[in-house]
Amino acid sequence: MPRYGMVIDLDRCTACQACVVACKVENNVPFTDPEAAAKGRTMLWIELLAEIEGSFPSLRASLKPRPCLMCDDPPCTKVCPVNATYKNPDGIVAQIYPRCIGCRYCTNACPYGVKLFNWRKPEWPQPMAQGLDPDVSIRPKGVVEKCTFCHQRLQAARERAAWERRPMREEDYQPACAEVCPPNAISFGDLDDEKSEVHRLSHHDRAFRLLAELGTQPKVYFLREVGK
Amino acid sequence: MNRREDWTYEEKALIPPVVDTSRLFWFTAAGLGAIVLWALYAWYYQLQRGLGVTGMGRPVYWGFYITNFVFFIGVSHAGTLISAILRLTRAEWRRPITRAAEIITVAVIAIGASNVIIDLGREDRLFNVIFKPHLTSPLLWDVLSITTYLTGSVLYLYLPTIPDSAILRDKLPHRRWLYGPLSLGWTGTEKQKKLLNRAIAIMAIIMVPIAVSVHTVVSWVFAMTIQPMWHSSIFGPYFVVGAIYSGIAAIIVAMAIIRKGCHLEAFLKPLHFDYLGRLLLVMTLLWTYFTFAEYVTTYYGNSPDEIKVMMSKLTGPYAPYFWTMVICCLPIPLVILGVKRFRTITGTVIASLLINVGMWLERFTIVIPTLSNPRIPRYNVHYTPSWVEVSLMAGCFALFILVYMGFTKLFPIISIWEIEEGREGVQETTERLESYLPEGGEGGEAAGPVPAAASVA
Ligand code: SF4
Ligand code: SF4
Repeated sequence: MPRYGMVIDLDRCTACQACVVACKVENNVPFTDPEAAAKGRTMLWIELLAEIEGSFPSLRASLKPRPCLMCDDPPCTKVCPVNATYKNPDGIVAQIYPRCIGCRYCTNACPYGVKLFNWRKPEWPQPMAQGLDPDVSIRPKGVVEKCTFCHQRLQAARERAAWERRPMREEDYQPACAEVCPPNAISFGDLDDEKSEVHRLSHHDRAFRLLAELGTQPKVYFLREVGK
Repeated sequence: MNRREDWTYEEKALIPPVVDTSRLFWFTAAGLGAIVLWALYAWYYQLQRGLGVTGMGRPVYWGFYITNFVFFIGVSHAGTLISAILRLTRAEWRRPITRAAEIITVAVIAIGASNVIIDLGREDRLFNVIFKPHLTSPLLWDVLSITTYLTGSVLYLYLPTIPDSAILRDKLPHRRWLYGPLSLGWTGTEKQKKLLNRAIAIMAIIMVPIAVSVHTVVSWVFAMTIQPMWHSSIFGPYFVVGAIYSGIAAIIVAMAIIRKGCHLEAFLKPLHFDYLGRLLLVMTLLWTYFTFAEYVTTYYGNSPDEIKVMMSKLTGPYAPYFWTMVICCLPIPLVILGVKRFRTITGTVIASLLINVGMWLERFTIVIPTLSNPRIPRYNVHYTPSWVEVSLMAGCFALFILVYMGFTKLFPIISIWEIEEGREGVQETTERLESYLPEGGEGGEAAGPVPAAASVA
């Protein structure tokens, strides 16, 4: 089984947020109005983590695009009382929307604040409502959702490879954020495949993982900015 | 037989509050009922619109409901646990207290558990916890231990009512349909008494570990995560101590109210408040010790994530709640309960009310500050509960009082047979007390042999 992972090169990232937009469209992530946003209910499966470094006047903002980190030892799955979030055989931490009871225990157990709760029935203003992705189910009110590494794309790629009677290639399956990133800052693939780019980059000496000390073993790596 | 003049002293005092209802009772009940109805409306409103009507948001995914859950489950330790301990240690002064305490448990544990249900995003899928259980989740352990505790507590409350049901069956013919079945054919034979006392003793032994497990598991919902200031090994015992603390305080308040409301001054004497006050004093000190240990290790460890949470309690936005908690739970109870002159009925009631306010704030300052200070800084959201959450909280308190009041109209709030048994057993108790002492000495019948050690000294 492949171990899908991601490497995000912060030296290339321009913080343009194309990944954020692509994800929102690809995955039917609910629209948030400013009122809900003020209450902390913005729905983003990938977002820019902003950290201010240094002190005035030599300040700088560090911005990291942050999808679900797909922990290999996820603290979020073991606390779910009904197994509605679990690590699937591809190593992807998945959500089962029809099973989730909305207790929000997993949202509180994730140290990265990745998981999102549907505070109300999702609604899209026109014409956004016409552009929904038919391959991704729309979540009902009251359940938790998060980044799935565009799992629907993996399924499609598998089916296609089977149909064409050939093994899957790396370019067959790329999440929307990796595909759209203009400066190619996001690489995606099988971390265990020694020939893959993500394998090489994840062993790069600029590579690090968020809160690695917690032992969650994230499968998303970052590459430090050069000279920082 | 059914004329009140023929009743025993206990019956004369304890049965009338069950049947005679004052106007004040109805007014209070109506007021509380209105609050409960309002809360039901708030709940309906929330069911229609989703949890968006609360004040919660990211990252504060848990708010008033979970705070109330922890608080109420804590108060539920009042009854069963305290009553079981008092019964097991054969403390004679327990007799008028046990039932008033046990009903607190049953009422409050059900209300506490409903707070989790109110908090669910999909309450319609509640039974997934039974049909698709995931055993590694501490929430599932909660489901198991709380249902066990509730079932056990109902049984433990019911058993000692059997002889009283028989009394009421004989004295109140118009309620035969109720007390007849409830009394299970009790006639008060020696064999029945022996069986009943055995059953109560067994239940008391079983209930102690179950009660301890309940609040331990509640604390593990937090402690099993790796979030700063939740992930703490002290949480199990800390929560249990806090639970007993707020539980005893709840008993004292309830006792003071029924004492006045049902005119039971002759049964609930200053002595009972004094003894419970002493117990409460011990719990004050224990609670302080645990709180101190918790914060001083965090402070000394100086891990940045934890310090951030701690500082938000000590000096940050949660400081008003935190310091009110400290004042309510430490200096005031310490003075009131520690000085004999203040340990009166009024004194203990004031201390108890403050302790319950403080313990609610403790639960609040455990749940919220950790959530609003996550490791990775992202948002700047402050949690303020919405009217829905406040209404539901008021509804829970009103419902609790209402259930309690209703219970006093069903059963004598002080166990008639247990008081009578205590009276009959004075002789036996005196003998038991004497058996604690060395034989011989003053007042002893025959001077026994002087123990060897004593003679050497
Ligand atoms: S980042 Fe959070 S949501 Fe994603 S797998 Fe890890 S713990 Fe779970
Ligand atoms: S919110 Fe849903 S997925 Fe998360 S722990 Fe609760 S039931 Fe599981």
